[in-house]
Amino acid sequence: MEKFITLTSSVVPLPIENVDTDQIIPARFLKATNKDGFGDNLFADWRYSKDGSPKADFVLNNTTYSGSILVAGKNFGSGSSREHAAWAIAGYGFKVVVSSFFADIFRNNALNNGVLPVVVSPEFLAEVFACVVADSKTSLTIDLKGQTVTNNATGKSETFEINVYKKECLLNGLDDIDYLLSKKEQIEQFEKTR
Amino acid sequence: MNKNEVENNNTKSPMGDLGGKTLFDKIWDAHVVSAVENGPTQLYIDRHFCHEVTSPQAFNGLRARGLKVFRPEKTTLTADHNTPTINQDQPVKDPVSKNQLDTFSKNAAEFELPLFFPLGHIKNGVVHIIGPENGFTHPGATIVCGDSHTSTHGAFGAIAFGIGTSEVEMVLATQCVLQSRPKTMRITFNGKLNKGVTAKDLALYMISKLTTGGATGYFVEYAGEAIRNLSMEERMTVCNLSIEMGARGGMIAPDQTTFDYVNGREFAPKGAEWDKALAYWKTLKTDEGAKFDKEIAFDAADIQPMITYGTNPGMGMGIQDTIPTLSDIDEAGRISFQKSLDYMGFQPGEKLVGKSVDYVFLGSCTNGRIEDFRVFANYVKGKKKADNVVAWLVPGSWMVEKQIREEGLYDIITEAGFELRQPGCSACLAMNDDKVPAGKYAVSTSNRNFEGRQGPGARTILAGPLVAAAAAITGKITDPRV
Ligand code: SF4
Repeated sequence: MEKFITLTSSVVPLPIENVDTDQIIPARFLKATNKDGFGDNLFADWRYSKDGSPKADFVLNNTTYSGSILVAGKNFGSGSSREHAAWAIAGYGFKVVVSSFFADIFRNNALNNGVLPVVVSPEFLAEVFACVVADSKTSLTIDLKGQTVTNNATGKSETFEINVYKKECLLNGLDDIDYLLSKKEQIEQFEKTR
Repeated sequence: MNKNEVENNNTKSPMGDLGGKTLFDKIWDAHVVSAVENGPTQLYIDRHFCHEVTSPQAFNGLRARGLKVFRPEKTTLTADHNTPTINQDQPVKDPVSKNQLDTFSKNAAEFELPLFFPLGHIKNGVVHIIGPENGFTHPGATIVCGDSHTSTHGAFGAIAFGIGTSEVEMVLATQCVLQSRPKTMRITFNGKLNKGVTAKDLALYMISKLTTGGATGYFVEYAGEAIRNLSMEERMTVCNLSIEMGARGGMIAPDQTTFDYVNGREFAPKGAEWDKALAYWKTLKTDEGAKFDKEIAFDAADIQPMITYGTNPGMGMGIQDTIPTLSDIDEAGRISFQKSLDYMGFQPGEKLVGKSVDYVFLGSCTNGRIEDFRVFANYVKGKKKADNVVAWLVPGSWMVEKQIREEGLYDIITEAGFELRQPGCSACLAMNDDKVPAGKYAVSTSNRNFEGRQGPGARTILAGPLVAAAAAITGKITDPRV
């Protein structure tokens, strides 16, 4: 996994609530047996018409907006446990998703793929959306060590929560499997006690 | 906040609560291998269920690291998500789907997994249906699967939750996952359900009150008279839908109903093992005075047959009610609300009874069990399917299919003009050919009415098996009680 320390980037705004995993990556794209290429189908049904042509009104097709931070409405990633949703977000090139609320499984899946979910207050979120409407080049800075997110248009900052262990993993580019594999003996011990 | 809601802010002492332990605490604590400092818990997993869609990348991961499966007998595998529901004896036509199914078989063989039930196997079916019916699901167990509706198994008094593919790899490699301890919530249903109200209605009612994010971060225990009175099949329906309000999982304390269901099933404990297990299972209930982080209570008598009108399972209402108007919705949510109704082709303030229906789907791990087919058959007996409706009746497993025939339900439904398809997830997620065409309305007993869930542009109205049966007969949204 790649290390994550700080990031400053313009943002892609998606001011919709309850964006579920079926929107992030529709089920018909789940037939692959590897992790490649999901970025092309991120938000497929919002992004492309039936004939495969891009829908002009969807934000990913609007060149005004770009960057490696996706800013989305409340309750992002609800629904299925498909990690394909996180692969699609990462595959497209997003490194951070900012929202006022995330669904649990999505949050875990994102972290396991080096994508940082950043929870901000509803007020902060609303202000980011407003700033992006006013100026599409509005950028955010995420500092994982200090656990802060800054709206560079206003200078306003908020701290965000992240589990200490997960933070270490991201900062060092380690994953959970490495950790669990180091515990094999303990697992065998545990099995004997049952 | 709902008037029936109580938030508990007194944090638990690290020594455990003097008032005792919740059911969740008892099972969780019995499975902790270690705790990462300032981090998640390393939890031992008793049963891992695995299917073709969320596992291939996990097996690739094992291969890349040169690892074996650590405890092969603790993983049960079935192909269900991406399988056809007709002509299962013939080769799968779509080459990409076929490749995924073949990869699944190759992985099971290469990693020497003995409990592999591929397409056509007598034990094949939807993962959350074959688990319980074969006796893999036990009280007190920790259960995971790369599918969010793993919460179904909580009906047995187990901690069961969905995981992502990275975690599937962790379980295959170490039989453990890393999880933060969720908060606990108890939802109590007092009193009795009205006639014509099913477990699905109870769940849709609850989700409409809590919203799709209302239980995020919590593990839920269901309690109360109305829950106790449910059969195992109905309890599974309720626990299945826990995830639709964001909960990590849902559970119901095991009782005689549970023990009777498990007893004698193929992979359930036998003889002295059974006695030992039973003695332990009987201790699995929340102690008197144990504290939950949140408590909610509902009156079962308030629940009517339910339908959804929008594009998430929280957008539900009593079948005779009207869709909320814009002024009922928070300002921040109005864009999403309007977008949702536009997608559905409905108006705010509208009543849905009498609206024409194009498709009816009976099936999925929510309502694809034998009792759901009994309810459906009982309603359609002696009636005829509406001509304007395409009905997909998809049993959850071959075992359910067999029972449908043995109990004479097959004759009843075919006489009423219905066909029975072969088991699988089918139109629940529409990965196979069972897709509802764009713009068409489907009354579906599955669990998600997201945009495009049943096919691009498909409009899903979630309901229980009884409302589905009524729609299939009248061709309209119909209150089954009248
Ligand atoms: S029936 Fe639907 S919810 Fe259940 S396992 Fe299959 S796809 Fe998942």
